[in-house]
Amino acid sequence: MAAITGTVPRWLQRPSGYGGLWSWVVTVDHKRIGVLYGITSVAFFFVGGIEALIIRLQLAGPGNSVVSPEVYSQLFSMHALTMIFLAIMPLSSAFFNIVIPLQIGARDVAFPRLNALSYWVYLFGGLLLNAGWFFGGSPGSGWFAYAPLTSSTFDPSAGMDYYVMGLLMLGIASMAAAFNFVVTIINMRAPGMSLMRMPVFTWMTFVTSLLLATAMPVITVALIQLGFDRMLGTHFFDATAGGLPILWQHLFWVFGHPEVYILILPAMGIVSEVLPTFSRKPLFGYPFIVFSGIFIGFMGWAVWSHHMFTVGLGPVANAAFTVSTLLIAVPTGVKVFNWIGTLWNGSIEYKTPMLFSLGFIALFIIGGLSGVTHASPPADAQQQDTYYIVGHIHYVLFGGSIFGLFSGIYYWFPKVTGRLLGEGLGKLHFWTMFIGMNVAFAPMHWVGLDGMPRRIYTYESSMGWDFWNLVSTVGAAVVALSMLVFLWNFFVSVRKTELDAGPDPWDARTLEWSMSSPPPHYNFAQIPTVHGRDAFWDQKYAEGPDGIPTPIPSGGASNVEEHVNIQMPGLSYFPIITALGLALTFSGLLVHLAVVAVGVLVAFFGAYGWAFEPAEEAEEGH
Amino acid sequence: MWKPSLRRSPRSAALILSLLLLAILAMGCYPSNPMSTFGTAGPIAEMQLNLFYIIFWTAVVVFVVVEGALVYAMVKFRRRPDQAIPKQTHGNERLEIAWTIAPTLVLAAIAVPTIMTIFETATLPPGEVMEVTVTGHQWWFEFDYPELGISTANELHVPVGTTVNLALESDDVIHSFWVPKLFGKTDLLPGTTNTMWFSADEAGNYYGQCAEFCGTAHAQMRFRVIAEDEASFNEWVANQQAPAVRPGSGTQAALGQRVFGLNGCGTCHTISGSEPEDVQENRMDAFINREEGAMSPFPAPNLTHFASRSTFAGSITDLTEANLRLWLEDPSNLKPGTRMEELAVAYNPMSLGSEELDQLIAYLTSLE
Repeated sequence: MAAITGTVPRWLQRPSGYGGLWSWVVTVDHKRIGVLYGITSVAFFFVGGIEALIIRLQLAGPGNSVVSPEVYSQLFSMHALTMIFLAIMPLSSAFFNIVIPLQIGARDVAFPRLNALSYWVYLFGGLLLNAGWFFGGSPGSGWFAYAPLTSSTFDPSAGMDYYVMGLLMLGIASMAAAFNFVVTIINMRAPGMSLMRMPVFTWMTFVTSLLLATAMPVITVALIQLGFDRMLGTHFFDATAGGLPILWQHLFWVFGHPEVYILILPAMGIVSEVLPTFSRKPLFGYPFIVFSGIFIGFMGWAVWSHHMFTVGLGPVANAAFTVSTLLIAVPTGVKVFNWIGTLWNGSIEYKTPMLFSLGFIALFIIGGLSGVTHASPPADAQQQDTYYIVGHIHYVLFGGSIFGLFSGIYYWFPKVTGRLLGEGLGKLHFWTMFIGMNVAFAPMHWVGLDGMPRRIYTYESSMGWDFWNLVSTVGAAVVALSMLVFLWNFFVSVRKTELDAGPDPWDARTLEWSMSSPPPHYNFAQIPTVHGRDAFWDQKYAEGPDGIPTPIPSGGASNVEEHVNIQMPGLSYFPIITALGLALTFSGLLVHLAVVAVGVLVAFFGAYGWAFEPAEEAEEGH
Repeated sequence: MWKPSLRRSPRSAALILSLLLLAILAMGCYPSNPMSTFGTAGPIAEMQLNLFYIIFWTAVVVFVVVEGALVYAMVKFRRRPDQAIPKQTHGNERLEIAWTIAPTLVLAAIAVPTIMTIFETATLPPGEVMEVTVTGHQWWFEFDYPELGISTANELHVPVGTTVNLALESDDVIHSFWVPKLFGKTDLLPGTTNTMWFSADEAGNYYGQCAEFCGTAHAQMRFRVIAEDEASFNEWVANQQAPAVRPGSGTQAALGQRVFGLNGCGTCHTISGSEPEDVQENRMDAFINREEGAMSPFPAPNLTHFASRSTFAGSITDLTEANLRLWLEDPSNLKPGTRMEELAVAYNPMSLGSEELDQLIAYLTSLE
């Protein structure tokens, strides 16, 4: 090794050591990157939550003036952008990072440094998107940003520029992560883990990653066109110069509907892991759940125009998109039925992760059914752009995605930290969140049918919307309270030694529970050989001919033998340097071309160092 | 410490779910508010509501069955003390086929009436038709009756029972045209003309609102459809077709007309009868192509028969002298985002004294 170190310039050498805050900056370990993703996304989740609370305060009564109309527009735009791009997607990424290599029996992802780059680009992109709160105003034309309201004529503020640059950066982060996980899942599975033996969470990650890799380029094209319109005076979306405002809507929703499945499929994967564990039964109808997920992902491309039923595409287009949209409800129903089938004849233990998964199913059914009511264009003509839709999306994204992701947090927290989250506080968190979310979002269906449009900052008492809006605001406050319970639980539990988890606190079924908690740096001392689905359960139990499992003596004991010779990827400065270069480039486009030049130089330096740094850590001290 | 009973959890979930369901059902018989999609008053809204009911009640049945199965499983199969590990079943192909076919049939039952209604609402019924062009502006609606030579704002008068065929356009950004009791929304797009038809079954004052976010004053972009019997409608038409009232010389109103002229209000507001073709569009073009800081025209409501309307400023407030004074004194206070303060000479700086305001109000309220 000394020979290699000797020929490499000092600045190209890998950083060494594995402790302290600095080690988090140069880490390429998938578990640590997962933790970074998790903490950052939960922080952004709280930012988005505060935005939501201000919105609810403004709407608590008629004619309120908590914020100005301009700030209100920025709040609802940023609430959506923050929750979708900075909270739910990266929190899913946190689980991809932490869980996937462990579940498939790998020591890391395929491209560890690319993984670090994804995180840093996400962090800087999120900060850039939020920079408008401090410099020049945040995006205020909605997260959907319909042209031509976003043109420099109608929205001359800097907000839309932050939108373009921030989302372009986040797209880079998402695509890099998506390629990484597609390659990892295809190539790095343990021997014996065929595709149809993969845990469902791994499957859903795979489908989500394919959707990301194909959907993000579409929004990237749209964003570049919007950026050109705003900054260079092109006319892609300008009707007065022969452009086509509807082009934006098509591009946006061709990305936007797969995006909905990008938000929900990971949560469905989590639920498909949690239900079998706490029912002590395998997932019912595994192949049907897997193929339903694939079908949902595929059909996600064929339904975008159901967001545009009132645009005037004509009766034939509306009828066609009605059929494709209704079709997507079939595999969704099949998933729900199989989850209930998993519970059936099970032995259900009501631990907090299980409560959140059951909450997911109960609430997602409501969101799915209300979705069917606006799959029908004539009914949707009354619902489109009203609070009915707001109620629907929150049952899907809050009742669905967020409940699923919290289930994942409670489920995998002991694997990451070695400590369980407190059960009492966990259940209090679940019940306050479950009740609060229903109190907040159920009345929205009613005020929507009662004619309250979305995205209005004020309304009159004579419309009769006062009472249920106040109820929604009270519900939002209860949800906020539940989040404080969660934070409290988090900080209390990590310190409690009596909450030590051990390797397998839930008697779970998949490989991530086969090693110590937290897992060693190298994950698996020995790469396991997989003989069936539920690979870890099979190590612990032998199934008799009657289907009743009996414990195998000393089965599933983790292989504690130290394997000091395991070669792991070294630390690296270059992902964060490259990400910094990209951040300077994109923010420079809003400031000055000189900043862009510096950014491009830094990014090239990062990429150069990345390519030429040696494969291993400097071996000083050995 | 707070310790929930494990046994009670599934049951309280069942209780909450059934309460939720009750609340949803109770909402169905709620009194009808001005913007409610229930209590319809025209065929389009009625067809849309009937379809909603079909889907809603189907969904309620599915909801009860599926949530019921979920809650039953949660209660029935909860872990009991010392319970052995259950049998490891992996699935059942017959069940899978059954619960793939069942939702497909339910959805087909929804698809058929949906597609029928799509085409039914898109087909203009036979008989006499009145044409109206609706143009969306930030933040008000312009209504032009090409056959009658009328151009007005924010209040769409129609005769009861007559089919009205709308041509929907926008001069700036995307808006959406919606009167819940009469029809669901159709978008107003720049550069494209959408069409839709509706009719009102009974006389009344129906509330509408822009439904697509269109900028700062989106919440205040409202309008009304005023459906009236044939005689009243014809009277309204005759009045709208007449030239603007000319104030008698020496009256307050005559002085107000002078204020209106001297301050250049006519740059954006027409007071002369119907809007000549393309006037608003030319104003919009001038606004878009304006030079930095230069005053420019902007599409603004036609005021020829301003006093014949019951509301103004995007139909957000009743047309009274007091409200008109509030508006003229500080337009942005009444309707944040309005371009009047930014573009009108009279406000840069504010040059309308109390006396001028009195005269202006006298003039505007004389424009019957």
